[in-house]
Amino acid sequence: MKAEEIRSMILEVIHEIVPDEDLSNLKGDVRIRDQIEMDSMDFLDIIMELRKRYSITVPEDDYMKLSTLDSSVAYLEPLMTDI
Amino acid sequence: MVDETRIVLTGIGLTAPNGNNLTEFRQSLLAGKSGVGKIETHYMGEVIAGVCDFDPLKYQRKKELRRGTRAGSIAIYCAHEAIADSKLDLASVDKSRIGIYLGITEHGNVETEHEIYNIKQFDYNVELWSHHHNPRTVANAPAGEVTLNTGITGPHYTLGGACAAGNLGLIQGLQMLLLGDVDLALAGGVSETPHTFGVFAAFKNEGALASHPDPQKASRPFDRDRNGIVVSEGGCICVLERLGDALERDARIYGEIVGYATNSDAFDFILPNAQRQAECMNLALKKAGISASDIDIINTHGTATPEGDKAECQAIREVFGNNSNTYINNTKSYIGHTMGAAGALELVGNLPSFEDHIVHQTINVDNLDPECALKNLVINEPKKVDKVDYILNNSFGMLGINSALIVRRFAE
Repeated sequence: MKAEEIRSMILEVIHEIVPDEDLSNLKGDVRIRDQIEMDSMDFLDIIMELRKRYSITVPEDDYMKLSTLDSSVAYLEPLMTDI
Repeated sequence: MVDETRIVLTGIGLTAPNGNNLTEFRQSLLAGKSGVGKIETHYMGEVIAGVCDFDPLKYQRKKELRRGTRAGSIAIYCAHEAIADSKLDLASVDKSRIGIYLGITEHGNVETEHEIYNIKQFDYNVELWSHHHNPRTVANAPAGEVTLNTGITGPHYTLGGACAAGNLGLIQGLQMLLLGDVDLALAGGVSETPHTFGVFAAFKNEGALASHPDPQKASRPFDRDRNGIVVSEGGCICVLERLGDALERDARIYGEIVGYATNSDAFDFILPNAQRQAECMNLALKKAGISASDIDIINTHGTATPEGDKAECQAIREVFGNNSNTYINNTKSYIGHTMGAAGALELVGNLPSFEDHIVHQTINVDNLDPECALKNLVINEPKKVDKVDYILNNSFGMLGINSALIVRRFAE
């Protein structure tokens, strides 16, 4: 998957988890949880979705790397080249 | 000085397969309108069930709906409706003095079955088991979700009482008010049971699941051809207050809880015991300080199992004999068995009788079983009577739990 596709996928997953939030103005370089209402259990939903859809396991030590949209794409891109 | 030992109902919120508020519910009851249909389940395919169609987004956001449980959603809807109906302003009452007491038959089955169904697709890999499982399946979840949604910080818990649980929720609310632990009780019961498959499968294998070509005719208490239970969801939450508080704010009073009792058969996991049911009703009458002949309406438990209906009729005959003024009806014939909600829901469906003097009927009695031919059993058509002052509601459950609740028309 290319970077843009990964970005779209993450936004789609987040939309499923927080369906009341408006994601159209989500800034890529600002912490996601500072922009919309998402708690730690919601964040784990993202981790779970990556595992379910793509068999990607994100170790707990890497959770911080998924704090912004930009950093999430950067983290996942090398893991998703064959997907 | 106002008597603080009297507890009244001042608000009602409900959802049933045939109505989403008391007006709709009562209209359906008087019109003989069932709400039972069919739903798809995991592994069982299509089954007959009573399902509610209230709008869950009326009081919840989509995220809350996703995070919580169906029972929680039903509880949130009913709680808000009850508070609105009571004309209390939640923003201005002390939320730490509101208690939430909800009867449930079971909780956690829906979530657990759903999760197992989900991870089956992934070869039972538990790394994909939902991290939401535990907060969704703790038994207090339905009541807890109401606190998350409303900001109520008083006590909340559920009462596990099988199919007697709805009455137990009301009894608990009353008792906590009498103790002075809370000033308002949101009390009643909820059910999400049709969303399991296991309950259907178990009832079926037990020979207790109703079947009929027409789902609306499947629940047939007291009918000769009854063949079991229709599993349904629903909820009913009542605002209960001490009389003094209700009068001070000029609240509308639906009725006063004047008697109640709970006891155990100590007999069988599933089979009922008429003697203990009779004892339960007698205990409730004693608590109310009245005699059997004072009861104007008995709303039966009547789940339409061959043995259950027979036992209850035997118990009623023992306590009420041939009372000429005691009328008897049944609500499960319309909506099926709403499990944890049943006690509360079936009781409130009769409360308008205090004003309109109509006893709603029991539907689907095409051929009355002679063993259930109680005097003044109201079947197929509503019955107009001269007055209704006392209503007794029976709810009995597995493991032999019995409950009876008596509500009196309010008169100062």
